[in-house]
Amino acid sequence: MSQTIAEKILARKSGQARVSPGQIVDAYPDLVMSHTATWRSVSVMKKIGARKLYDPDRLAIVLDHISPAKTEKYAADQQTSRNFAREFGIEKFYDVDAGIAHLVLMEHGHVRPGDLIVGTDSHCTIYGALGALGSGIGYTEVASVWVTGKLWMKVPTTIKLTLEGGFAPGVGAKDLMLHLIGRLGADGCGYKSVEFYGAALRAMSISERMTMANLAMEMGSKCVFIPPDEKTLEWLLSRLKDPASYEPVSADPDAHYEQSIGAELSELAPMVACPHQVENTKPVTEVLGTRIDQAFLGSCANGKYEDLAIAAAILKGRRVDPRVRLIVTPGSKEIMLEAMRSGVLATLMESGALVTNPGCGACAGDGGMMADGEVSLSTANRNFIGRMGSNKSSIYLSSPATLAASALKGVIADPREFYC
Amino acid sequence: MEDQIKGRVYKFGDNVNSDIIIAGRYLIYIDPAQLAEHAFEMLGDGFPSRLRNFDILVAGRNFGCGSAREQAATAIKGLGIKAVVAVSFARTFYRNAINDALPIVECPALYDVVAEGDEISIDMAKGIVSHGGHEYGFPGIPASVAKILELGGLANYLKSTLEAGKL
Repeated sequence: MSQTIAEKILARKSGQARVSPGQIVDAYPDLVMSHTATWRSVSVMKKIGARKLYDPDRLAIVLDHISPAKTEKYAADQQTSRNFAREFGIEKFYDVDAGIAHLVLMEHGHVRPGDLIVGTDSHCTIYGALGALGSGIGYTEVASVWVTGKLWMKVPTTIKLTLEGGFAPGVGAKDLMLHLIGRLGADGCGYKSVEFYGAALRAMSISERMTMANLAMEMGSKCVFIPPDEKTLEWLLSRLKDPASYEPVSADPDAHYEQSIGAELSELAPMVACPHQVENTKPVTEVLGTRIDQAFLGSCANGKYEDLAIAAAILKGRRVDPRVRLIVTPGSKEIMLEAMRSGVLATLMESGALVTNPGCGACAGDGGMMADGEVSLSTANRNFIGRMGSNKSSIYLSSPATLAASALKGVIADPREFYC
Repeated sequence: MEDQIKGRVYKFGDNVNSDIIIAGRYLIYIDPAQLAEHAFEMLGDGFPSRLRNFDILVAGRNFGCGSAREQAATAIKGLGIKAVVAVSFARTFYRNAINDALPIVECPALYDVVAEGDEISIDMAKGIVSHGGHEYGFPGIPASVAKILELGGLANYLKSTLEAGKL
């Protein structure tokens, strides 16, 4: 008894009855994800002379960051990854048409509550939206897990975050997370697991939960959990191959939390992260009128169908300010198809948006680069200097609603006026 | 890995993220020398060449935060930097540094007293940083993980484990 979710999952995956914070365990992940970095892990396998995988079924490969290849070097690296997937019979291989690894893996039922998932991407925390322990590692470690099946992990302490109340119109999960990151800091949850609770959580969609678990990485979280409820199970039902095959994990009522933090959603305003740190957050009212040259709607944080639909509802029948290039990159093929069928894509394009193929897009520097002095407003999760082009450009982060309102005005604007 | 690391210090602030250490556009490289040519380039101001006059990086809180890119550690190693001493590290950088055999030291006490250009020495075995006649202790890396650093990184560790038939 008295165990948190991270403790229970790490105990189970390391074959122990219980584990304690600070303890180092050899854990066996259920899934190891590699994206565009796959070729680097392949090069490690070659270097160490390994020829066998621990379990090919535990590998998932998604070519998402620079898709399709934009130089010969990228093409050659993707070829290496493809050949590897073929040679070793990797069934969970998704090519450049699929979209962002995190979203693709969840949509295709490869993420189950209670799973331990590691991968070559810091935003693996997003799997916590479905109750799985997700955490980022480097490419050499990915190769190590491919070959040995295991990874040393330190059992983290846990922070309990309780949400009360409900969002005001025009305010959402992204604003909540920017508020928390600003309040707790870029390392406020460093090395720690975060468990979300509260009545407000039940009202949140799976899409909003993904935004939360994704952004929680920006306060340093090692992993994040939004305990599965009926919404999670309903979402998973049509996606899991065998919906009965997983074991969800919940914390014990007397689990020990290092810290308990609360947030009242009804008090939140739309939030913006200012250059060049995500923790540099302000209510949108403090940056109103800031000129923008580019607006990027996409990323694993906010490139989901609901995010596109929220922006489309504001943009419908209106025109993006001619000074702004609005770039929309759907997170995955499934999302793009849904947006195509529902008319959301047409609405976005009619308003003046450029719609690109699914993937990481401008967030990973794949198109949408900025020149000296330019300013971008982005729904992604990072505004670090030079991340989207010149180191003399700057990035602000916001919700899809704030982005749409701002694209219409050519300056950072408050979305709440569109919800009256 | 050397037990005694000595040299001149370059000092950074808090939250130096891995995009600053090596920008995403250079992740097409994995070679330390190629990466080092572009390390910290986003800071402008003579980086990365000015770092070549220093041996050890000292940083504030949360060094290496953000992206899990392993090349952040590789690029620093490629610059000829022998160790990084920070108030704290982001977990992915911490792991990647060990896996790339870049010695890392968490020593909050040093930060406020050390200045750019100062000489420090680090005794990895004893867990002591020496600066200006004072000694500051630091916790070692977990014993079960120290082996990876000792063997020159995770790839070497795996290779020797494979060759020993223990895999």
